[in-house]
Amino acid sequence: MTAVRIDIAEKVFPAVSGAPARGLYHDFRLEVADKSFVALLGPSGLGKTTLLNIVAGVDRDFKGRVAFDGKAAPRIGYAFQSPRLLPWRTVLQNVTLPLEPGAGSVERAKTLLAEMGLGDAHDVYPERLSLGMQRRVALARAFALQPDLLLMDEPFVSLDEQTAERLRDLLADLVRRHPATILFVTHDSREAVRLADRVVLLAGPPVRIERDVRIELSAEARRSSGEVERVRGALTEAAPALSLARG
Amino acid sequence: MTAVSRLGWWALSLGVFVAVWWLAALYYGDPKLLPTPPLVLDALIAAAKTGALFSNLLVTLARVAASFLLAMVIGSALGIFLGMSPTADRLVGPWIVLFLNLPALVIIMLCYVWFGLVESAAVAAVAINKIPNVAVTLREGAAALSRDLAEMARIYGFSRWKTLRHVILPQLAPYFAAAARSGLALVWKIVLVVELLGRPNGVGFELQTAFQLWDVATILAYALAFGLIVQAIELGLIQPWERAANRWRR
Repeated sequence: MTAVRIDIAEKVFPAVSGAPARGLYHDFRLEVADKSFVALLGPSGLGKTTLLNIVAGVDRDFKGRVAFDGKAAPRIGYAFQSPRLLPWRTVLQNVTLPLEPGAGSVERAKTLLAEMGLGDAHDVYPERLSLGMQRRVALARAFALQPDLLLMDEPFVSLDEQTAERLRDLLADLVRRHPATILFVTHDSREAVRLADRVVLLAGPPVRIERDVRIELSAEARRSSGEVERVRGALTEAAPALSLARG
Repeated sequence: MTAVSRLGWWALSLGVFVAVWWLAALYYGDPKLLPTPPLVLDALIAAAKTGALFSNLLVTLARVAASFLLAMVIGSALGIFLGMSPTADRLVGPWIVLFLNLPALVIIMLCYVWFGLVESAAVAAVAINKIPNVAVTLREGAAALSRDLAEMARIYGFSRWKTLRHVILPQLAPYFAAAARSGLALVWKIVLVVELLGRPNGVGFELQTAFQLWDVATILAYALAFGLIVQAIELGLIQPWERAANRWRR
């Protein structure tokens, strides 16, 4: 059980080297239900990563609070925009390091890596892998933790469309088998519709919720680009002012 | 590169050096001022037979080891601290520049004058000479530590020890290697001066005696012996460690 209630009264991005301070959030509220997959959709530079960092607890420089229902301190997995693997540790070590030491952890890590087609890459150093494979390792690391809450920050950017599409299938599959509450940041509306069961359209600054849409599509429908395109069209039509990513 | 071909290149490189030396000595034609390699070897064997060579090398090596270790530990701690705290760096940074440029001789003399002609003063003088170099190198390393990885470690709940061992130290390894390599050379050079000025034994003391007799063969013999030891440390310790620490690189 991990629902999240985010309540940010004020978050200001401090002035840096001449650039004036920017108000990112003002009276922003968002509730995320347990085991829901929520996509936060909005243009780049809006402050979506900041929101994830606030939820993750690494950015404490704000007024407001983030509350978790169910567990006081949920286990959080975070898939960053870049994979952020330790280049001097092997693939398997990267996945097991955040876990409690023990045979069970190693087994779980190996199973996940096998599910992701990385079963023969245990002892490889990350920099010898392609970016797509590194991202899979980062996903495995996030899932191996058995997270209550999974934060994902555009985890599939700068991949070719084919690889990204395969990883999206993989993610959908993983989520089905290892349910968790997921906050997924993206600027790609097609990706949001394809994966999430709720899309929160953000605009700003300061960030406000433009639309909040429930996506009710079957797993098959999500794989058909026509269906996804239809829902995406309906989602973005109502907010033509937002030039969302063309995917 | 395999171990064999590495050793081959190493031998070739030093072989060329000896050949050039030999030719120069023959061309110059005064074995008293520039002895040929066999004459130096003779001097080396003579010193070894009396036992003076080994006892002096051992004493000097012990001083090198002590001051090197001291300088690496204190210098690294200081450098990492300065790299992580800009305020401390602004406060202490100018001191580092001051000590970097303070002549080794001045530090040695002051240490002897203030603490007496004792072993600890000798070791301290060498360490103080080296600490600023180590600190500057490690400061660069600490300032370049990845914030992304630190954040990752925090989010994934790494303990302090885990963060140090798996996130921080691997990033600092190249800086440690650089500091160690330049440090070994510098420390050994300064130890000789310290011995020459205020110790009754060691390679530096022995060199002084040879210098007074204009005994170039003995001077070169000691330099050669120590040069070989430093090469052995480089080949047997620093390089294997560096390779192990770098095997993840593409």
